[in-house]
Amino acid sequence: MNAIANPKPATTDTVLRVQGISKSFGDNHVLKDISFDMQKGEVVSLLGPSGCGKSTLLRCINWLEEPDAGHIRLNSERMGYAGSGAKMNDTQLSQMRSRIGMVFQHFALWPHMTVLENVMASPVHVQKRDRKEVENEARAVLKRVGLEDKMDMLPSRLSGGQKQRVGIARALAMKPEILLFDEPTSALDPMLVGEVLEVMRDLAADGATMVIVTHEMKFARQVSSRIIFMDSGHIIENRSPEDFFDHPQTDKAKTFLHSVQYK
Amino acid sequence: MNLTDFQIIYDERETIYQGIEATLSLVFISGVVSVFVGLVLTPLFFSKVSWLRKAVEWLCSAMRCSPFLLFVYVIYFGLPSYGINFDKYTSGLVALIVYHSAYMAIILRSAWVDIPADILEAGTAYGFRGAAMIRRIIGPLLLMRSIPMVGNQWIQIIKDSAYLGIISVVDITAAFNSIQSIYFNPFVCFIVAGLMYWLLCLLIEFIVNGVAHYARERIA
Repeated sequence: MNAIANPKPATTDTVLRVQGISKSFGDNHVLKDISFDMQKGEVVSLLGPSGCGKSTLLRCINWLEEPDAGHIRLNSERMGYAGSGAKMNDTQLSQMRSRIGMVFQHFALWPHMTVLENVMASPVHVQKRDRKEVENEARAVLKRVGLEDKMDMLPSRLSGGQKQRVGIARALAMKPEILLFDEPTSALDPMLVGEVLEVMRDLAADGATMVIVTHEMKFARQVSSRIIFMDSGHIIENRSPEDFFDHPQTDKAKTFLHSVQYK
Repeated sequence: MNLTDFQIIYDERETIYQGIEATLSLVFISGVVSVFVGLVLTPLFFSKVSWLRKAVEWLCSAMRCSPFLLFVYVIYFGLPSYGINFDKYTSGLVALIVYHSAYMAIILRSAWVDIPADILEAGTAYGFRGAAMIRRIIGPLLLMRSIPMVGNQWIQIIKDSAYLGIISVVDITAAFNSIQSIYFNPFVCFIVAGLMYWLLCLLIEFIVNGVAHYARERIA
């Protein structure tokens, strides 16, 4: 297990440090002593059978679930706890969360806001940045995800792929230090998966720090700098995509790759 | 029923205008205010502070299970013995607002529970909380999702306002009642009064349908 726990001290490039995270729901121990680091610009894919805890791990990172034990550090600031060691109050927590972008499986756009309003909401109302400046950036971000002609539409008028690209634009507009993707293409028609993956590939190439929970194995291999494979609440492999996909070390990983018909 | 009956009603139009004015103002003010009070009460159902939660639950339960007429008696005849004196119009207005705010809170609570969880979670993940969360995300969705129910409640307010004649508020019902007691033409009087209420309800339905149409593609 030593190779999996944090092997080196955090450096200035360490964006995310996860140390000894555990989480239970009743008797169900979903996460057991999870540790890993992410450097700036790294793309990590979290893989594993359903129920292995990968979505819960993602939700612990931005404190949507409060872990029972362990530390999360975002650029060396501890999530959920203020400098004094006391628990963060709601204001501190919300400011901390607004430094993390999250993309949801079912998009979770705010249905009463137009595309542009969805993208501008958090920068304007949470980060309290200048509206004019935010609007210019939001338009640029929407252009980047190929939705410049949909800005004034309501989400209900968009296809799934378009909705998810709005979801990504919404995350980018906050200038997040890290992006979390919770199965971003699982709810999409197969025809629409490509357009979303293409945007994510573009972000990765541009140096964004990303954690991706996905079932798209080919994509994970192409875009990731590292694969973290989880089973029953443990990280059991944490290696380069080539190593993981070509030479999985554990039986669990072999079984998993076989069952998702990789190769 | 003959034409002179209608002539009488026309001749008494001053009384009827007074009734219409009272009914319209009571319904409009209490209709709008009860939605706002409901919006303030609803978050308390989800408060972490248990006595607040209990208080709002008891208040709503008490209102929902007491007859409106009885509640009007409490406000108009009961409160003065504790030194709280409202005139009859204000008593009626207060009764309508308090009583129907409780219903509005219950309606809005069920709409709140119905909002897809991930939409609210996205709000949390993007740093919204407290008042900003309610103002920017929950509030608009609540209002839009509960429009048909709120419209129903407005119609209920219209009908309950007719009880206020009992404390001598001259509303539509009371106005026509006083006319028929002078001229002994109850059938025509009450039919015309009924048509006025019906028209008012049609107006409410028209507004509600318009807003519901606007809301349809904005509520997920």
